[in-house]
Amino acid sequence: MAVNTQEKAVREIPEATILFAGDSGDGMQLAGGQFTLASAYARNDLATLPDFPAEIRAPAGTTYGVSGFQLHFGSVNVRTPGDEVDVLVAMNPAALKVSLERVRKGGTLIVNADAFGKRDLDLAGYNQNPLEDDSLKAYRVVRIPLAKLTHETLSDADLDKKTMDRCKNMFALGLALWMYSMPIEPALEWLSSKFARKPDILEANRRVLKKGNHYGETVEEFAVRYEVRPAKLKPGKYRAILGTEALAMGLIAASRKCGLPIFYGSYPITPASEILHELSRHKNFGVKTFQAEDEIAAAGAALGASFGGYLGVTATSGPGLALKSETIALAVMAELPLVIVNMQRGGPSTGLPTKTEQADLLQALFGRNGEAPLPVIAPGTPGDCFYAAFEACRIAIRHMTPVILLSDGYLGTGSEPWLIPNAEDLEDFAPSFATAPNRTVDGKDVFLPYVRDKETLARPWAKPGTAGLEHRLGGLEKEHETGNVSYEPENHEYMVKLRAEKVERVAQDIPPLEVFGAQEGDLLVVGWGSTQGAIETAVDACVARGLRVGAVHLRHLAPLPNDLGKILSRYEYALAPELNNGQLVRLLRERFLLPVASLRKIKGLPFKAREIEKEICDMLGIPIA
Amino acid sequence: MPPAGKKPTLPSAGKKPSLPPGGKKPAGLPGRKPAGPGGGKKPSLPMGAGGDGAPAGLARKDFATDQDVRWCPGCGDYAILATMQRLMPELGVPREKTVFVSGIGCSSRFPYYMNTYGLHSIHGRAPAIATGLKASRPDLDVWIVTGDGDALSIGGNHLIHLLRRNVNVQLLLFNNQIYGLTKGQYSPTSEQGKVTKSTPYGSVDHPFYPVPLALGADATFVARTMDRDPKHMQAMMRRAHDHQGAAFLEIYQNCNIFNDGAFFEFTERNTKAHSAIFLEHGKPLVYDNGQRGLRLKSFALESIDLSSGKWSVDDCLVYDEGSIELANIVSRMSWQKDLPRPFGVFFREDRPSYDELVQRQIDDVTARRGEGDLAALLNGGNTWEI
Repeated sequence: MAVNTQEKAVREIPEATILFAGDSGDGMQLAGGQFTLASAYARNDLATLPDFPAEIRAPAGTTYGVSGFQLHFGSVNVRTPGDEVDVLVAMNPAALKVSLERVRKGGTLIVNADAFGKRDLDLAGYNQNPLEDDSLKAYRVVRIPLAKLTHETLSDADLDKKTMDRCKNMFALGLALWMYSMPIEPALEWLSSKFARKPDILEANRRVLKKGNHYGETVEEFAVRYEVRPAKLKPGKYRAILGTEALAMGLIAASRKCGLPIFYGSYPITPASEILHELSRHKNFGVKTFQAEDEIAAAGAALGASFGGYLGVTATSGPGLALKSETIALAVMAELPLVIVNMQRGGPSTGLPTKTEQADLLQALFGRNGEAPLPVIAPGTPGDCFYAAFEACRIAIRHMTPVILLSDGYLGTGSEPWLIPNAEDLEDFAPSFATAPNRTVDGKDVFLPYVRDKETLARPWAKPGTAGLEHRLGGLEKEHETGNVSYEPENHEYMVKLRAEKVERVAQDIPPLEVFGAQEGDLLVVGWGSTQGAIETAVDACVARGLRVGAVHLRHLAPLPNDLGKILSRYEYALAPELNNGQLVRLLRERFLLPVASLRKIKGLPFKAREIEKEICDMLGIPIA
Repeated sequence: MPPAGKKPTLPSAGKKPSLPPGGKKPAGLPGRKPAGPGGGKKPSLPMGAGGDGAPAGLARKDFATDQDVRWCPGCGDYAILATMQRLMPELGVPREKTVFVSGIGCSSRFPYYMNTYGLHSIHGRAPAIATGLKASRPDLDVWIVTGDGDALSIGGNHLIHLLRRNVNVQLLLFNNQIYGLTKGQYSPTSEQGKVTKSTPYGSVDHPFYPVPLALGADATFVARTMDRDPKHMQAMMRRAHDHQGAAFLEIYQNCNIFNDGAFFEFTERNTKAHSAIFLEHGKPLVYDNGQRGLRLKSFALESIDLSSGKWSVDDCLVYDEGSIELANIVSRMSWQKDLPRPFGVFFREDRPSYDELVQRQIDDVTARRGEGDLAALLNGGNTWEI
């Protein structure tokens, strides 16, 4: 190895996308996570997309065992994990095969040359070695004997071969950090705390990380290194945050601001389990977490806790939401607050457990027997999961209703720099529990559990333990005001409409929608959930070309915001991009009787901004830039 | 493009919603007595078994609601309700601290008739809902009322998990060995061969035996009683209530419409003495008015004749409700030939309850880490200033 101590040239670039891909046991999520941290320390704006198989340790070397972590970072606004990859780090042929289509032509492939033996190629389904034919000629290929270099670095360490092998992700990470002039310190610090009790493993990882970091200086393949300047983010204190982390913190913040402890019922399911893991760490906030025997019990226990005056929360993913339906309908009938988090994933049935999709919108809105309306809200970015969770709790308690929060796998596992809110600034929304009778009947003071608040139509919440307010709730139809069981035809129709109106009135406290891009003009993009970044990137590009294109992103899907109709009327065309077969678009068409166009992607992957931009241009009859 | 959506107009904000035409007026005064069984024999309560004039100043009528009881005339549920309403004042638990949670089925209408807090929930889920309620509010006295279909079919999963977690609640399983509210299909406790509407040629299903099932789920209190013996029933309810942990009480309950007489052999005067045996801790297993007893022979029980002079009470097995081994043997003997059906407390042990452990863990973690600080949580992890 020729040692070249000469300083390499540094080229400044506005943004870049890197993808780490390898076997699910190769530590790619870890390398990606540490690169993200370094990027955050470099003050870049960023967005990440982890992409891992449903199997924990799929057979090594196969394409279905490939685990990837994509990071888009820049000095400019970064709203998506990147349409195209600039640098792919591929730990084996399978990773190369699976990820190549994401790499832009002219992009860089850093491949672990040690992993391209005949057996590796066979496992990946390559007939011949792609490094030896011209199939990769459109890319810049850098072959690095990662395993060999890692072993050399650790030749004097008293470690077995397997342990040494496991350090090679640190070599790749070190090299990637060098390529983009990122600080190595955050990763070193992280290693120190992670392996504090295993000094020899710590030392091995540190050495390999540093070796990888120096490697770029020493080989000729890397003529230049890049630098991404800090982004112009709003001033304040930031942290990198995962969607699930933000969601869990939003629940805890809500619990503090309404003064009710959380009871969180959940049954393990990908990708919602992370919320359970996160919440169960915070018992000193009075959080009671309950790992239930099944999805139904998780929802039931949360509802039981709500009946007891707690903030009842349950979370799940698609198939689990189906199982919780009956309990949610009971919450609709009993008019108790309950927050149901659905981390959507590809469906139907077990579907694509680790892939993202937005196909549960109609299930959330209508997936219960009878007329069972409830508010549905969705976050738009990983950091926004905090505010959406907070809002879901606020609505549930203020309006005495179950609320479904539709997150998804992409938001849950994705991360971004997050401007830390001031705890003091968050709204207080303590419920006013009923403490006294609310009617006089035949000269006696009585408590009627279904007498309603004039403004919200919410019924009073009387906690067990409150003397004189003893009452019975249940799933049978309620008589207006008394809450007694009633099969009266007129009463039933009245109550159905009353419950619907109660949900409609949530719209009273939805703040005005903010339009992104052109405030009026030719085309409005209407989106919801995790597509926000891709939509805004696309609209940004259109606006930069002088097109009169705007976007609204719906936090509230039920009820829809009151000003949405007016905003739609300011544009010639409307487009609803969704990661499903067209669900929001049905709601918009039905509600506003407008020919809203639909852009659908159902591949278990998020939109590329470019795909949305192309559709906008097609609709406007102009070529994409 | 104007929006075409039209907002529902009913009811307008700020206006008091009016009663629907034909809607009933708000409920009248509480305290109206539930309608008694209109037909069949009225269960007679022994003197002194009622609770009127309890220390708390509450009486049986204070626990009755103004709702008409809608069970069939002659249903065993009436006796259970009356016994519960009589017991309540004696327990000394304030009404507002008492909650009845039920699922779906005839038995699950129970909460509507108890003037306490109540939740008539969904089919099979009462144990799950009660778990959340009790775990969040350990100060409440929570009763679950369920039936054989509710607890053992659709809700079987929740039942066993409630028991193994040992949530500190009382679960009353009204077993009538039939589906009543759906009009007469066989239930998971119906005997094999049972001819019902859904099994015109006889059921081929093997039944569940609730008591061994509860023991198998590691319940810490398991007992059985019958609707026709209010005194015993009240004693068992009281013991279930006194138990710290999940108390499982199976109540043989006659469905006089779809399965009349299913338990008459054990409950009626002419057969009860030699068909039923009442377990009492520390006492020999004797029945049939002292004429017969049970002795342990190897791992099985044998019925012995105490009148012949060959055997005496000293030969009888002395029951120990702390013995899971005895509980397992005795709970299974009912379905053996010539052996009586046991009633009473099969098993009881002390084990910390779920709700207690949940709270203790929170207290421990809070003591160790300090009360959670929201600002510190938000500002945790790696942060940077811009």
